[in-house]
Amino acid sequence: MTTTLDQLKPGQSARIDSFTAAAGPRLLELGLLPGTLVEVVRLAPLGDPMDLRVRGFHLSLRKQEAAQIVVTPS
Amino acid sequence: MTAPGSEKRRSVTKIALAGNPNVGKTVLFNALTGANQKVANYPGVTVERKSGRLRDTGRNGIPPVEVVDLPGCYSLNPRSIDERIAHDVLVGNQAGETPPDAVICVVDATNLERNLYLVTQVLDLGIPSVLALNMMDAADAAGLQIDVDALAEALGIPVIPMAARAGEGIREVRQAVLEQATVSPPVGWPVREDVETEVAALAESLRSEWAQIDPRRVRFEVFASLTSDVLLDGWAERAPNFRAEVLAARERMEAENVPFQMAETMGRYGWVSPLVERIVRRDRSGTADSLSDRVDSVLIHRIYGPLIFAGVLLLIFQAVFTWAVPAMDLIEWSVNGAGEAIRSLMPDGLFEDILVEGALTGVGNVIVFLPQILILFFFLGLMEDTGYMARTAFIMDRAMRRFGLSGASVVPLLSAYACAIPGIMAARTLPDERDRIITIMVVPLQGCSARLPVYVLFIGAFIPAGTLMGVVGYQSLAMTSLYFLGTGMAFVAAWVLGKFVFKGEGSSFVMELPPYRMPQWKLVIRRMIDRSRVFVVRAGKIIFGLSILLWLLAAYPKTPLTPDLEARQTAAAAAVEQASETGDASALEEAMAEASLAENQVASFRTRNSFIGRFGRALEPVMQPLGFDWKISAGIVASFAAREVIVSALATIYSAGADADEESLALRDAIKADRYPDGTPVFTPLVAVSLMIFFVFALQCMSTLAIARRELNSWFWPTVMWVYMFGLAYLFSLVVYQGGLALGWG
Repeated sequence: MTTTLDQLKPGQSARIDSFTAAAGPRLLELGLLPGTLVEVVRLAPLGDPMDLRVRGFHLSLRKQEAAQIVVTPS
Repeated sequence: MTAPGSEKRRSVTKIALAGNPNVGKTVLFNALTGANQKVANYPGVTVERKSGRLRDTGRNGIPPVEVVDLPGCYSLNPRSIDERIAHDVLVGNQAGETPPDAVICVVDATNLERNLYLVTQVLDLGIPSVLALNMMDAADAAGLQIDVDALAEALGIPVIPMAARAGEGIREVRQAVLEQATVSPPVGWPVREDVETEVAALAESLRSEWAQIDPRRVRFEVFASLTSDVLLDGWAERAPNFRAEVLAARERMEAENVPFQMAETMGRYGWVSPLVERIVRRDRSGTADSLSDRVDSVLIHRIYGPLIFAGVLLLIFQAVFTWAVPAMDLIEWSVNGAGEAIRSLMPDGLFEDILVEGALTGVGNVIVFLPQILILFFFLGLMEDTGYMARTAFIMDRAMRRFGLSGASVVPLLSAYACAIPGIMAARTLPDERDRIITIMVVPLQGCSARLPVYVLFIGAFIPAGTLMGVVGYQSLAMTSLYFLGTGMAFVAAWVLGKFVFKGEGSSFVMELPPYRMPQWKLVIRRMIDRSRVFVVRAGKIIFGLSILLWLLAAYPKTPLTPDLEARQTAAAAAVEQASETGDASALEEAMAEASLAENQVASFRTRNSFIGRFGRALEPVMQPLGFDWKISAGIVASFAAREVIVSALATIYSAGADADEESLALRDAIKADRYPDGTPVFTPLVAVSLMIFFVFALQCMSTLAIARRELNSWFWPTVMWVYMFGLAYLFSLVVYQGGLALGWG
């Protein structure tokens, strides 16, 4: 069952499957690759952007960008 | 820890520091160079070039060694300016820059995987390198055990554990980079087969067409050309066939849906991830950066987060607007004192006038803002150094995006309440170029402290001191409205720019939230001084020149006085002399008062006939619809370089004495009493409001233009900035004044 990263709730984690649109090369270089485990740590006070934990560091991503990342929740 | 593969090396004369942002590169740089630092910009861009001389070199017969701190970046594939500079310096493509003989790759031991990605790219360039494994203390605290020897063996370069903030391992890194920097054997990261076939063919093509290329770099260049158009076009002249073949290969792979753009990244991580898994052991589970996490659960909490941010801002504003005042007063006092000292020491004359009225006043206009700017830069540096800055952007992003701005625009916009210059410079932290330009373009609309004297003068003179329903004073209400007007327009302008000028260009907000760190006071203070110096030098140079020019325009041509004025002046001087001879105190006082009045009349006459006065009179027809007569127009011209100049300009024109300030009653009364020849007052409350609104919008500040040009590296945007702000000023003043007249408020 796949969904997109922006649909996850804080505390949930998921594995990246693929990128729907041309995901920025920046995301790849930061280590968000197919197969990478991503955890949603929290949302910003107004519900967007998201605070993600990837490969041991925190990354902030807007939901709009997270919506381009297809994931399998774990 | 010495790795295999050492070869004969030239002696090291230039070292580059490479690494991700927030890994402690700057701390290491400071420790290596001490006070011998230079901060400049790379030519043509706004990226800081920080270099210094390695401690204890360049004297006692030891040849100097230069250390260059490269901009922090996540990759060497040049997409951002920072990455392009880092890449170009390393490979020797940067104009005026010799390539480094050795590289120190600085990595964060708590975050090895992402950090080593960049390291593999640097190693592929074939430059002698060492790895500084920084933040070992934080790694220990997080329960991470790193097999340093295994890492050195895998990378093929010396690896030095370090805790730069605690000063540990610095000496060892220094020694290693001077004596053991090693060219690593090629890192054999895997590439998917379909891409590898193309890459191998392209590598062969590049080698044959550009034989002098370092064989180590061929594959790096091939991958870079596959993903970056900028780098590909770099080959257009040297290897046109190669370029054509890359384009063809791209097309082939695109047609077959081969994800070649990802191939390099996947390959490098495919090599790095298993390595990290092998050499890093976690003692305790899940304790990595947990302290930082706990801090975040408060600082970016749904409710406390915004409240704390508001509190922090309040503290900063308190500091900027209250704590800076004594220092500002002291500067003003010193500048005036210096002027008097020069006057008393030098013979009267043109040169003295230029020095005191032009140069000294001009410099004073700039440095009077220095205390505010220092305080602001101190807090900004503190927020950056601790990692809080990224959180403010995180908290505010959603709200700011509505207006086409980014969360990272908040700090620049707020800084601009003190002064647009730190605001524009703070915009450097914006990760997205589109957001950065929009932010810089609207920052000068924020009500800066140079507008304050103008508001104080006219509100004091024309807005009644009473209160609205006994609660809010009319005057403070007027003041607040002016600030709201500026800020409101900043948001509207940002929205318009995003909607119509940068339409379709999506902004992105991919930003690391670095772990919190204790502030490094030395570093914060050094950065504060460096940035403030940029302000003083840049703004100072322009203001200095322009102030002299404006002074000359206000002082020349020297028109002969009318016989009436001349007679009055002579009579007054004679009266003073006579009174002082007779020793009659009250007569002397009277005579002195008359003499000063006569002097002011003379000054007023001179200004009217000076270039600025003539210019003001020429402008009058254009400015009349806004309610401005020639005197106000001349004041606006005079304050072109700096808004607050209008106060002293009006004081001169109104003969209130050049040393009158915005609180001076003489100036207020003179303004109120001024009449057109037909007896109607020049200044009505409506004119005052129109003029204040003009100052809310108009970009009357040379320093802002100078810094904007520097930060945007073109005159195009600063020109647009000046024009649109002047347009707003004219339009709003026109509507307010004409509307007010129509409503009978004139």
